[in-house]
Formats: sequence, structure tokens, C-alpha cells
Amino acid sequence: MTLTTKAETLRPVPYVLRDKWQETADTWSMALEPAEAWLQADRGEPGQFNMLWAFGVGESAISISGPTHGTGPLVHTIRACGNVTRKLCAMKAGEVVGLRGPYGKPWPIESLKGRDLIIMAGGIGLAPLRPVVYHILANREDFGRVSLLYGARRPEDILFANELSGWRGRMELDVLITVDAADSSWFGNVGTVTRLVRRNPFEVDGAAALVCGPEIMMQYSAQTLLDAGMNQDSIWVSMERNMKCGVGLCGHCQVGPEFVCKTGPVYPLERIANLLATREM
Amino acid sequence: MEDMTIEKLLGSHDFFDGMKAEDLALVAGCGSNVVYQPGELIARQGTAADFFLAIRHGRVAVEIYVPSSGALRLETVSENSVVGWSWLFEPYRWHFDIRALELTRAVRFDGHCLRKKCDDDPVLGYDFMKRFAAVAARRLEAARLQIIDIYGKKDDDPDNQG
Repeated sequence: MTLTTKAETLRPVPYVLRDKWQETADTWSMALEPAEAWLQADRGEPGQFNMLWAFGVGESAISISGPTHGTGPLVHTIRACGNVTRKLCAMKAGEVVGLRGPYGKPWPIESLKGRDLIIMAGGIGLAPLRPVVYHILANREDFGRVSLLYGARRPEDILFANELSGWRGRMELDVLITVDAADSSWFGNVGTVTRLVRRNPFEVDGAAALVCGPEIMMQYSAQTLLDAGMNQDSIWVSMERNMKCGVGLCGHCQVGPEFVCKTGPVYPLERIANLLATREM
Repeated sequence: MEDMTIEKLLGSHDFFDGMKAEDLALVAGCGSNVVYQPGELIARQGTAADFFLAIRHGRVAVEIYVPSSGALRLETVSENSVVGWSWLFEPYRWHFDIRALELTRAVRFDGHCLRKKCDDDPVLGYDFMKRFAAVAARRLEAARLQIIDIYGKKDDDPDNQG
């Protein structure tokens, strides 16, 4: 018998922290493996998340940031910003976390085959999109031109910096990076991520876009893409909400009629555009 | 001959998109081709602002010098954009430094020359002002997003147990 952590299961299974590495001053990636092989969870799809349990503290929804194909540990990237994530980031190799999932709707990668793609991320929002990049690189011939437009706060806050350099060097996708502020030692772009749309090396009007970051960043990014000629039905965003149960029961992540943990976090823009712009939500 | 070349160059530059041919010819008379080397200081804060650049290739940074911190980069401007609007408003002084980050080719417009043409032809002047206002509005919007620190942590959120 194989026990899997399917979406409707609320019971966490033990995963061992095999490795952990620092990405930025407050962000860590952790590689998790099931405590026993028969506990192996579904690896999920790009855009989905798992609930990670720091025993004695609580649970937090963390996006899968590693490859979802193949084998190897499950990788999550965590920013220490609350009690649970601070505890998770402080854990040492060999310690055990609880894991349940994967949950949520993934990025619609299969339906985007053959199209040009713009992957647009801000801050920690690159983490849920990294599995998309892995998928594209593993199936490069399935897609047209691909751009990654990434914005961070400062140069030292750039997530997966070495990997971004590697991707740029592979010439299989265009990588444009900008930061909000920098000193004179930074020779890259300075300005908002929306300004990178103008610098995208191919026309955006026939392309599709996957956008993830703070909601205000997604709002302006989506508007910029629309202004550049992209259709609303070609844009997907991933909503960030404080998820608790992960299965649409508790209502903690509810936005209007949407239970983000179950009907999201990935939404077509046309479904969520009004909610993004609603102040009372 | 140089004017013709510049006119053609401007015809494919985003900032001048849709400008009437006769106006393009008129403003091209105030432009000259320039090249800046990486690291070269193009304009210095507090000095007379008597030009702007339509960048054709390369990238420049808008910087502010902060004593004890050195130069801080506020934004970068790339091809098909313009940099500098201090030439348009009194007292015609640069408010920031402009520095080339890489080999940069641009059309440099003489501010005195352009102001005179805009004063003499208010329709052209209005068209020019609208184009600069659109650039300024986009940059102001971007600057506002930059200062609210959208990627910063929200540690004080009492609901944030994550």
C-alpha cells in the first residue's frame, strides 16, 4: 500500500530536511525527502504548493520551487517572514517537517505549447515560477520564444542569482532583470519590472504570460502587458493569500467567491482581474 | 546630409512615433549623433541642462550622489527611450547625474534650439510637451512603485502567521 498526500488529505506526513541553502539574506531553499520511501508524496505540478508543518509552531503554504518532473528531493523556497517560516528557515539538516499536498491549480503549461511565453516575476514570486522554467528547459522544443522578466528590491535580493546567470548563458531563454534600487556597483537595470516589457526581445501581443509577485506588482504588470497588446485571456497570475487548510474548507484565503487554495492560486487574469482591483478584498 | 540621417534615425525611435514628417525634419535640425563610452558622465547634477538624449543603442543610468554613500542608481534608460527633461523647464539645470553604463549611441538635442522651435510653432511645442509628459508620467508611476517597496517584508502584519 502506498500512502500519498493527495489534495483532500489533511494529515501531514513526515519529511526529512536533507539539505538547506541560503538564497538571500532572509530566504532559504530546502530539499525534502520522505522519512520513508513509501510516504513519498505526489511531486505536484509547477505552480502548486504544499503545506509545510514546523512541529510545535504551525503550518504554512509554500510553493514548490524545484523541478516537478524526475526524481530527487522536493525543493521549496521559503522567506522568513512569520513565525512558521522563521522556524522552517532555522531548521537543520536531518530535522523533520510535516508535509501535506500538493494543493491548488498549477500553471497551464500544457495548454501553452507552441506559444511564445513571458514569465514575469517579482521578489519571492520567482519561486513558484522556477518549476515552469525547468519544465520549459526540459521540453524546449514545445515552446516558442521565452522571456523571463524579473524584478527584485536590490541586487542582493535577487533570488536564484547564479541560476539566472546560467539560464541567460544557455541562450534558450531571454533573461531580463531589474532592481528597484542599487548603488554604482550594479551595472544591471534599475526600475520597475513593468519597464522590462518594453525591452522584451519579441512582440508580446501573440504571447502568453505567467505572472507572480506581490499583488500590486501583478496588477501593474498585467496592465502593462495589456497595454502592449496582449489579450487578457493570455495572462495568468498566481494569487498570494494566507492559506490555512489548503482544501477550500476554512475560508481563510477567500477572495470574493474564490477560495484561493483550491480554485487558485493560479488564475486566468480574466477571472480574477476585478478582484485584484477591489480594495475591500 | 547629417540632418537626413538623423531624421531617418528618429523615424524609427519610439519617442517620435507618429510625429508628422515636417515636424520630424524640424526637430532633427536640433539633433546630432553622439557616442558615450561605458562609465562616461553625460550630465552632472546642478549644471546647466541644455540637451536631452534619444537613446538609439546602449543604456544610461540616472544617478544621485549621496555624501557618504556615493552614487545611487535611481533608474536605467535604454534604447528607444529618452533621458533628460530639465532642458524643458526653468531653471534648466540637471537634477540628477546621467552616466553611460555601456557603449551608448544617441541623438543629442540642443535644448536652446528645440525650445526656440517649440516657441515659434506652438503646435509642435504642444506635441513635444505631450510626448515628454507621457514619459514623465510613466517614470513618476514607476518611481512611486519603487518607493513603496513592494517586495519588502510585511513583518508587522498581525495576520501573518506564516
